[in-house]
Amino acid sequence: MTMWIAATALLSHWRRRPLQLGALLSGLALATALWSGVQAINAEARASYARAAAVLDQNGLAHLVSPNGRAIPQSAFVWLRRAGWKVSPVLEGEYRFGTTRLRVIGIDPLTMPAETQTVDLGNDEDLLSFITPPGTLVVSPETAEKIRGQTGLALRVSDRMLDGAAFIDIGLAQRLLRRDGELSRIVIAENQRPGLEPLGKLVPTLSVREPNAQTDVEHLTESLHLNLTAFGFLAFAVGLLIVYSTIGLAFEQRRPTFRTLRCLGVSLRRLAVLLLAELALFAVAAGAVGVAIGYLVASLLLPGVAATLEGLYGASVPGTLSLRPEWWVSGFAIALAGTLVSSAQSLMRLMRVPLLAAAQPQAWGRSSEKGRRLQVLAAAALLAFSGALLLWADGLQAGFGALGCLLLGAALLLPAVLSGFLTLMQRMSSRALVTWFWADARQQLPGLSLALMALLLALAANVGVGTMVSSFRLTFVGWLDQRLAAELYVAARNEGEADRLRAWLATKVESVLPISSVDAEIRGQPMQIFGVVDDPTYRKHWPLIVGMPNVWDRVASGEGVLVNEQFWRRERLRIGDRLDLASEWKATVVGVYSDYGNPKGQVMAGINALITHYPHVSRLRYGLRVPPDQVADLRSNLSDEFGLPAENILDQAALKEQSRRIFDRTFLVTGALNIFTLGVAALAMFSSLLTLSEMRLPQLAPVWATGVTRRDLALIELLRTLVLWLATFIAALPLGLALAWVLLAVVNVEAFGWRLPMYIFPYEWVRLGLVALAAAVVSVFIPLRRLAGLAPSELLKVFANER
Amino acid sequence: MAVESYICAIVLILAAMVIALRNLRKSYETAEGRLEVLRGINLDLGAGERVALTGESGSGKSTLLHLVAGLDRPDSGQIVIGGRDISKLNDRERAAYRRTEVGLVFQQFNLVPSLDVAANIAFHAKLAGRHDTKWESELVERLGIGALLTRFPEQLSTGQQQRVAIGRTLAARPGLVLADEPTGNLDEANGDAVLELMLSLSKGTGSTLLLVTHSQRLADRLDRQVHLRSGKLE
Repeated sequence: MTMWIAATALLSHWRRRPLQLGALLSGLALATALWSGVQAINAEARASYARAAAVLDQNGLAHLVSPNGRAIPQSAFVWLRRAGWKVSPVLEGEYRFGTTRLRVIGIDPLTMPAETQTVDLGNDEDLLSFITPPGTLVVSPETAEKIRGQTGLALRVSDRMLDGAAFIDIGLAQRLLRRDGELSRIVIAENQRPGLEPLGKLVPTLSVREPNAQTDVEHLTESLHLNLTAFGFLAFAVGLLIVYSTIGLAFEQRRPTFRTLRCLGVSLRRLAVLLLAELALFAVAAGAVGVAIGYLVASLLLPGVAATLEGLYGASVPGTLSLRPEWWVSGFAIALAGTLVSSAQSLMRLMRVPLLAAAQPQAWGRSSEKGRRLQVLAAAALLAFSGALLLWADGLQAGFGALGCLLLGAALLLPAVLSGFLTLMQRMSSRALVTWFWADARQQLPGLSLALMALLLALAANVGVGTMVSSFRLTFVGWLDQRLAAELYVAARNEGEADRLRAWLATKVESVLPISSVDAEIRGQPMQIFGVVDDPTYRKHWPLIVGMPNVWDRVASGEGVLVNEQFWRRERLRIGDRLDLASEWKATVVGVYSDYGNPKGQVMAGINALITHYPHVSRLRYGLRVPPDQVADLRSNLSDEFGLPAENILDQAALKEQSRRIFDRTFLVTGALNIFTLGVAALAMFSSLLTLSEMRLPQLAPVWATGVTRRDLALIELLRTLVLWLATFIAALPLGLALAWVLLAVVNVEAFGWRLPMYIFPYEWVRLGLVALAAAVVSVFIPLRRLAGLAPSELLKVFANER
Repeated sequence: MAVESYICAIVLILAAMVIALRNLRKSYETAEGRLEVLRGINLDLGAGERVALTGESGSGKSTLLHLVAGLDRPDSGQIVIGGRDISKLNDRERAAYRRTEVGLVFQQFNLVPSLDVAANIAFHAKLAGRHDTKWESELVERLGIGALLTRFPEQLSTGQQQRVAIGRTLAARPGLVLADEPTGNLDEANGDAVLELMLSLSKGTGSTLLLVTHSQRLADRLDRQVHLRSGKLE
């Protein structure tokens, strides 16, 4: 009963301050929403990789692989089977069915361990049709739709299959991929007979890859997930700032109630339990709302993230979200943990402060000089650490670490910088109201600093990520213009048609640029080798970053090759290094070209050298150079002459448009997260201003009494908020640019393997500034309206002796 | 002619009076209903006069002071100051009146918390357009707060705060000083010292003083006393 009465007294505080309660719950709900939303996206993507790894890579079992990335001779498998080892061969490669490129996985259903059997070949008839010509492709329903009519192989649809991949019998795969007698890896079954000769002795040139090792896709996409996690954490932290600030004030305002309850016999322990129960109640309520919003956010963002993963890494992730119980539980847990962290300081203070200490809601908003000094020292240490990481550390984690330290350091430094600016302005002013304006802004600073820090982080993230994406887009568009130099792109349906096409085109166009490639493993990495003819188009347009003199002559002669930037950086190659391209083909790296949006390494060699070493290379696709005014005629002639479907003849403009669309879709999610973060920062600002407005009367009343109208005071308050906003916005610009630089010069290079030039987009800053200004005006609107409409009796209460 | 002379004489007397309150009424809405705080107050104060306003808690002393200061409006009645009824002024005009004609000293929350002592003392004078550094220095010296000029209100004792508040009020040289329990938070010795300063300085500036106090001992030191009981003057 005592507990219930005490709880009623504590809860009555919120009934009298519904806006404060609203700020607390919405801060907590938003923090939970953005964090759990991002976690849901990451969990969905990772589950998808795990599924892909389990289904396509038999990742649950150990494998034998070639350490140098070369193909494994089939004889190794035969040798192991004869020695009694339960092993199964796998061959992988990419194959184009019409315009659809699939990852083809050749397996042997007879030897494949039962635990990794993903192809259901339950009866003899199914098995027979799978292993005998013409053979069967096992694909997902979506893939079946795409390649229907493009292949002579029978199609078997399986719901367990993933899009973009196909299982096929290994013998057929070797023929299809023209890799007779080659294997990519050998699966080792879990249960082996005892007493077998060790693998190290039987196949000393191969190494064992342990089960559940990180897949290539997981490794490649790590940066994006880290990026999303960082954004989620940023939003979570900003949300928690609101919670921290609201709880701190509420505790301070309720100190008289605490004192009364203690005097009436409620023990400190019981009071703490009640407050914890109250906070837990809020956390559960806000957590439920937050998780629901998080689910909505994740559902909205997941298609964008899936597009990003597909566009940047070639990773396939479904665009729909599954409801995972662990995700709901973790959402509630994070809400509870966040509440506890935000309220820890207030609870500790409650336990320590003497029973009769007076409440100091005004002093609560101020920080001590010592605290400020410590904050500046921490900021300097973080900024120095960020610089050290950028100078001396490598790797993606170091890049993100540097980013985190930079942002946090700058945020911690902001109150000191603003305080310095306001002091300077105060010293420069001589008129009474102007002096008070600056002095009062400085005094408000500690109470607003958390919100301003949140605003700084959100604005800097917007400027930084915006600059990165816009720089990327500008570079990408310029690069597309260079890369897609041919006016028309045509794809034949088979080699016979390709031969006829080449002969027909010889007299119809200025030049024919074959687009022929093979998949190969170079330095242990899956790569593509492209063959190019010696044509002025390449000499004039190809986007070379660095190259030897006479680079194109060297490529044409077959002596040299070009590599793409990501492979060059990943392998730390230098011009003049030698590469093994095939068993009898070594070539010198003579140049490097930019190749944005491609997750894989790529090599460009002379077409003749490619055909010599890979005689079965597919020669179905061509770029055609024709005067622009003849493109339409040529297109219709090609269609008439060869009956090619529309998707096999693409013009430059259509391809560019398609690429730009993919690019924009790829960065849609970044834009959405930016807006969310800015929204949370605006809420933080609103909540802080509202909180402060309740404590402003003792500061404003003496000025009002001395002869300044309430309307003028309200205008001054608006102006003060705008000045603080503007100063924060100005501080966010260099920070945002520093963030963009780290993203472009460090994180992107580590994550994608390419470095982009940085461009400045002041127009975008103006736009962002206006959005942030609107948010600031909205956030100050309610406190201002309250002030302008304040009855004199309210202001007079400040001076009342009974107060 | 006799009538005209009579009217002229009345006008001259009224002009000499700094404050003339006529049938002043003020009430507030409370949870228990409408509460009449002032029930028809009539009071005249002459130029340079120093009057103590006494009464029990809740008798309406502070309300009366707030009305005279132009901080609030009466329900009815007139507040004629220097021949002008300030109850008829709009918000902006009343702000200008407070800025230029009145000086206020309260028991607490007198000072602007964000300004240091020097800026607080100059604040009202600057707003009133009567900033005079020489006069302010003299006040600082007489109030004995020269060592406190760079401190902020929260760093001062209550007695020091009240000295600064008096300094700020008198620095603007207002015609009328209104003080609401200015020594209420001080011990007897400090209270006496502060009041002594206030009386002597306001005499020096020729200001009229209306001082609200509970203390009969303090009231006795002023030129005149008026006592308020249940919203009416006795």
